[in-house]
Amino acid sequence: MQFLLYVSDYIIPFVIFYIVGFALLMKVPVFSEFTKGAEDGFKVVFNILPTLIGLMIAIGILRASGTLNLLAGLVRPVTSLLHFPSELVPLVTVKLFSSSAATSLLLDIFKEYGPDSYLGRLSSIIMSCTETVFYTMSVYFMTAGVKKTRYTLVGALFATITGIIASVVITKIVF
Amino acid sequence: MLNYLWGFMIIIGIVVGVLNGNIGEISTASINSAKEAVSLCITMLGVMSLWTGIMQVAKSAGITDAFTKILRPVLRLLFPKIPKDHIVNEYIASNMIANILGLGWAATPMGLKAMSELKKLNRNGDTASCDMCTFLIINISSLQLIPVNIIAYRSQYGSVSPTEILGAALASTTISTIAGVLFSLVARRLSKLN
Repeated sequence: MQFLLYVSDYIIPFVIFYIVGFALLMKVPVFSEFTKGAEDGFKVVFNILPTLIGLMIAIGILRASGTLNLLAGLVRPVTSLLHFPSELVPLVTVKLFSSSAATSLLLDIFKEYGPDSYLGRLSSIIMSCTETVFYTMSVYFMTAGVKKTRYTLVGALFATITGIIASVVITKIVF
Repeated sequence: MLNYLWGFMIIIGIVVGVLNGNIGEISTASINSAKEAVSLCITMLGVMSLWTGIMQVAKSAGITDAFTKILRPVLRLLFPKIPKDHIVNEYIASNMIANILGLGWAATPMGLKAMSELKKLNRNGDTASCDMCTFLIINISSLQLIPVNIIAYRSQYGSVSPTEILGAALASTTISTIAGVLFSLVARRLSKLN
């Protein structure tokens, strides 16, 4: 499983090398294309800034008031049976509804426990393999005007829970 | 949804804070969190722009289109009922590639187009077709090559190695997507039997 740590080191340099190298072969003006694309990154970040400020304030208040610890304490009897850290229950629950609110909780975990702690690593990995189930479903089905969603929710939750279990197991093995 | 969530978080937080006697901490925390969001965004500007820049290079070199073509046989397996040359194949493939490359904001418009085409194929019924269910389950299982924003957050909060989680993240996102694919295939088979 050490292999996964090597993958972590190689993946970004490899992807960049492959893309830039191939683009050079195709005679693409790489640097001007890069700067053009980098502008999009600015737009994306500026668009989420107001949301992020609002949500980080809310999570900051929940943390400082002791609400997050209270919640973690309440669910601990159940989560300890499932071998899942109770501190991450708010994160995985909120992630089903809102990505930006979950991001604020993730940052709160980084602040409380550090990004390189067990909780920090596990929450990073969980955030990378889950999606906002209810939000995505409502946006897509509303656009299509579909009312009966049949087995979509069950399937999406099944994939999400499988991802969370995989994250817990893999984090234990790799780190 | 977020309106209620946000409102309740603030109200509950302050009430619990008063009961716990942490009201002083709350006022510091709200100011500091607002400041932190801005400094986080400065880190994110760098990492995000690196990624969107590289992706623009990939796009103009034709790499994203090539990946879209590679997906074709996979789509035939997942969506056997969609006519082979239908435009919706294009939309679904672009949506999946954008998601895999971590370009969520580019993925959504494509995904919504795919959804309205699937609805036409479904004779505009208000019940989801198997294709719609499969498409959304796989979309939500979120296969992602590099979670760029997670790396930005980790480096902002002082991780010694922000990218060390990439391999493990790739493994678990692959597993969750396989789970989504298997579920969709089995569910399609079962719904045919009924």
